[in-house]
Amino acid sequence: MADSDTTDFETRESSKSGVAKKILSFLLTFVFMFVLWIVLSGKFDPLLISLGILSSFLVAWFFHDLIFPDLEFRYISIFFRFFAYAAWLIKEIIKANFHLMYLVFHPRMKELIDPQIIVFETSLKQELAITTMANSITLTPGTVTVTADSDGGFRVHAIDRASAEGLPGKMFEKVAKLFGEDI
Amino acid sequence: MTGFFLGAGLYLCFLMMFSLYRAIFGPKVLDRLIGVNAIGSKTVVLLLIIGLIYGRVDMFIDIALAYAFLNFIAVLAASRYFHKRKGLYEESTFE
Amino acid sequence: MNILVIFFLLFGLFFFTGGAVGIIRMPDFYSRLHPAGKLDTLGIMSMVLGLALYNLNHFSAGTLLLSIKMILIIFFVFLSSPTATHSIVDAGIRAGLRHWSKEQRRVE
Repeated sequence: MADSDTTDFETRESSKSGVAKKILSFLLTFVFMFVLWIVLSGKFDPLLISLGILSSFLVAWFFHDLIFPDLEFRYISIFFRFFAYAAWLIKEIIKANFHLMYLVFHPRMKELIDPQIIVFETSLKQELAITTMANSITLTPGTVTVTADSDGGFRVHAIDRASAEGLPGKMFEKVAKLFGEDI
Repeated sequence: MTGFFLGAGLYLCFLMMFSLYRAIFGPKVLDRLIGVNAIGSKTVVLLLIIGLIYGRVDMFIDIALAYAFLNFIAVLAASRYFHKRKGLYEESTFE
Repeated sequence: MNILVIFFLLFGLFFFTGGAVGIIRMPDFYSRLHPAGKLDTLGIMSMVLGLALYNLNHFSAGTLLLSIKMILIIFFVFLSSPTATHSIVDAGIRAGLRHWSKEQRRVE
């Protein structure tokens, strides 16, 4: 893992736009870390602020390609579209959680549930999109992601037949639209 | 309002008993892990409620944040560790 | 304001109850993960949101900072809870545990 990272790093460093990307990701990491420092410390002494600047500079210097590995301009629009997606996801979570509550408190629960593992393929390519899809599947009640591989294949444990049939369905369309992939 | 917080905290403690049952008598190791995880997620809320009752949220919020991080790391580390347990496998095939 | 706080807290306690009962009642390891991983996530999110709202009653810079920290907890739980659930279910799959199903029960 370390080897592939360093070679990737060197190839990106050689190009000219790679340097700009590096500086941008450095600045983003620095701002992110410093805001986190302010929120967590809550004090505004000159000594503490300068210590915060020093430590977030060091973190940003060493780990600038850890949080934002490859920046592209379309990530800005993805960032704003993500809020709309999160609102939809929370609505979906609450709606489906009541279904799970109904299952849990039902006296004859073992006749209602029908656990099964289903396999399906999606056409997602980016790692971030696959991660978002897997976490969304886990958060939506009735389904838990078992494995998700880099080709976009998913294995999902579903608790009853109704939630198993609802996959991939609407959530996949939403994720694909969020990350600009073709369905 | 303090009375309501006290009731909510006591009710959370009562709910922890259910998870504690799963953590102690769970038939498999991973069941215990689920119980521990559920107790941890309730403890974060309980710490915040204790802080609000005593009027020291500024102190308890840091403990709650650290507890949330630590709970996540503990579950990750424990489940990674049990990847390689052979005993789990035999236990499962006998059933 | 207080009514909204009480509503959020009761909403969260309701889901926590469902999670605790579900952990006891579900038949096998995989289906226990469903209440543990998700009802608890929604419960913690709604309860911490209610406490953050209550904290904003006496509005000042200090309480605003505390509420931001509570929102940070919500954000972190929203990211980490699915990951922890996925990690546990992955350990179960690699250990070779079979999942409880109706057909298996009928054969026995």
